[in-house]
Amino acid sequence: MNRILTSRTFKTTAIAAAVMGMATVAHARDQIRIVGSSTVYPFASYVTEEFGAVTEYPTPVIESTGSGGGIRLFCNGVGEGTPDISNASRRIKAAELERCIENGVTDVTEVKIGSDGIVFAQSSTNESVDLTLEQLFLAVAAKVPGQGDKQGELIDNPYQKWSDIDASLPEREISIYGPPSTSGTRDAFEELVMEAVSEEIDGYGGEGYTDIRADGAYIDAGENDNLIVQRLTEDTDAFGIFGYSFLVENPNALIAADIDGVEAESEAISAGDYPIARSLFFYVKNQHADAVPPLYEYVDMFVSEMMIGEEGYLGDLGLIPLPEGEREQTREKVANRAALQVADL
Amino acid sequence: MSQTFDEISAQLRRRHRRSARLKWVSMGALGLAGLFLLWFFSDMLGKGLPAFQQAQIQVEIDYNEDAARMGRAALDRDLSRLVSRTFERMIPVQMRENPELLGSKETRWVLADSEVDQYLKGHRHKLNDAQRALVDELEAEGRVELRFNTTFFTTGDSKMPEASGILSAAVGTIMTMLVTLAIAFPIGVMTAVYLEEFAPDNRFTQAIEININNLAAIPSILFGLLGLAIFINFFGVPRSSPLVGGMTLALMTLPVIIIATRTALRSVPDAIRHAAFGVGCSRWQVVRDHVLPLAMPGIMTGSIIGLAQAMGETAPLIIVGMVAFIPDVSASLTEAATVLPAQVFTWAGEPEKAFVEKTAGGILVLLAILIFLNATAVILRKKFERRW
Repeated sequence: MNRILTSRTFKTTAIAAAVMGMATVAHARDQIRIVGSSTVYPFASYVTEEFGAVTEYPTPVIESTGSGGGIRLFCNGVGEGTPDISNASRRIKAAELERCIENGVTDVTEVKIGSDGIVFAQSSTNESVDLTLEQLFLAVAAKVPGQGDKQGELIDNPYQKWSDIDASLPEREISIYGPPSTSGTRDAFEELVMEAVSEEIDGYGGEGYTDIRADGAYIDAGENDNLIVQRLTEDTDAFGIFGYSFLVENPNALIAADIDGVEAESEAISAGDYPIARSLFFYVKNQHADAVPPLYEYVDMFVSEMMIGEEGYLGDLGLIPLPEGEREQTREKVANRAALQVADL
Repeated sequence: MSQTFDEISAQLRRRHRRSARLKWVSMGALGLAGLFLLWFFSDMLGKGLPAFQQAQIQVEIDYNEDAARMGRAALDRDLSRLVSRTFERMIPVQMRENPELLGSKETRWVLADSEVDQYLKGHRHKLNDAQRALVDELEAEGRVELRFNTTFFTTGDSKMPEASGILSAAVGTIMTMLVTLAIAFPIGVMTAVYLEEFAPDNRFTQAIEININNLAAIPSILFGLLGLAIFINFFGVPRSSPLVGGMTLALMTLPVIIIATRTALRSVPDAIRHAAFGVGCSRWQVVRDHVLPLAMPGIMTGSIIGLAQAMGETAPLIIVGMVAFIPDVSASLTEAATVLPAQVFTWAGEPEKAFVEKTAGGILVLLAILIFLNATAVILRKKFERRW
């Protein structure tokens, strides 16, 4: 009995020792580690693949963790186990950068790579529609300002058909497939549509209101935008909310609604005319530049005209290029490795 | 007995009718399950089989000076839009490595763009009229055709559907499973041997037993959180590596192996143990030479089934970072890797239509491996099973 016990203890110790041994191997690495936004992920992974193929360095590892999750990992500190780059579909927040600096990540360069539009689209078997931001808000908000004797109060959203909101809109049931609350697209939608509108109209006291109706008109369709696209081709009365790149990939099946009279297309989004658009960024940890030699080669490739330019490859995937002047600014920042300050935010 | 013959025969008929009804209902249930399975398989085969074919195109490559900077310049202008970018981007690299190529020409079959592939397969595509006409013309000349898709089995993931394959995920799966097996099998079998052959039956061992049975039913994502907290944050095992994935899945597989091993040990009749003790064997000798060998087929079967279950798992691996984009095939335990179900998950989220067939193709490969593993388990059981 003793013998078998000893042999078991021995095995367990051996495994534990092996694990710890692996863990303590620390050296400069050739492989860049990237985390962050699922919106930037398709573009960044395209660049990593290209980088792995045409340079002698291994392909960077890229994980899609969401913007907030990525920045948290990125700001955990400096050193072997922490990521070198974090992608984000919004700007880093001042509080996040302060946490970074507290943890010793003091030299961060911000790189703006382009824009992404959020489209409100339907099956192409329908007539195209033109919505205002306010109409869109009234269709998805949980509570809306009342009419008639309920004037000045917030009431549960009574609109069942688009024509209830405005007689000029089609007489179709309001049915919207959209992202769940964990998604960056949902965050952006809440900020760019819900908050923007509710701050402007009476009834919300000037505060941003972001509650989305839960009476069945808005349907959480999961993180996978492909599912929304699929549902729209089957349920032709419904609308969907998703990223511009999925519209580009399904040109014959879907048409996007014009928002405030602006069509959802590359130039309007790039110029900032299309109202539901956001900028995409990534953040580079300059303190890793020496320990991870390929870091800036990768960044240079990412900001090259071949990738983010007007005719760049990322444009084919749905990235909306920055205007030329801004692209130059981005490249200048990269060349100077300009450090981001809390005061800049 | 006060019942008349008529009453009894009526009761008998009723009972027979009931059992007939039960038979039909259960056959109906089986038929329904079979139908679902058939539907699933035919859907997967219909969507996935095209993934094993890929369009190839014959082009003339002109290694000129422009091509050394921009690969596209080596090809005819119209044709270059139809050729995969994975090929074009390698031209400058090749010319750098072999300077004597400059000025030479070569005609070769290369990978076509996924849009050409989708057009040839009759799926939705984004080619314009001129490009379609060109592809039709090339097809008539025999310069573009669908061939067996070796790329799918020899490369890793790619953003370009035509060049993406499952090899890196398959290698990742193999390494993860090796780690899982190396940890879960010895620990699981040893634990079961101790509990079954050595441990006294008291409150403490009963509590352990209940806990092990409970662990087998815990949602797998919790093991992922445990793996993140212990292996990555505490021991500092590299994130996304097959090592950490394998260790996490080992936690999940352990209870399955322990339970299977205990059942197998229990099915070895006590007469064998008594006989061995009777000729003076020590407990160690009894276990090593008699009980374990006889229980081995059952242990193997249980372990293979546990392993197959772990192989299809993605939830805990998301937490430890194994759902990542991995184009390189690497056979290191500490470098980032992904596994087959995670690869399927990644492809399912890609916007390009051509990834639909890759997703289904990946599922087919995963299914084939799982069927193979489960069949091995059944064969082992059939071949070595002993009845007492």
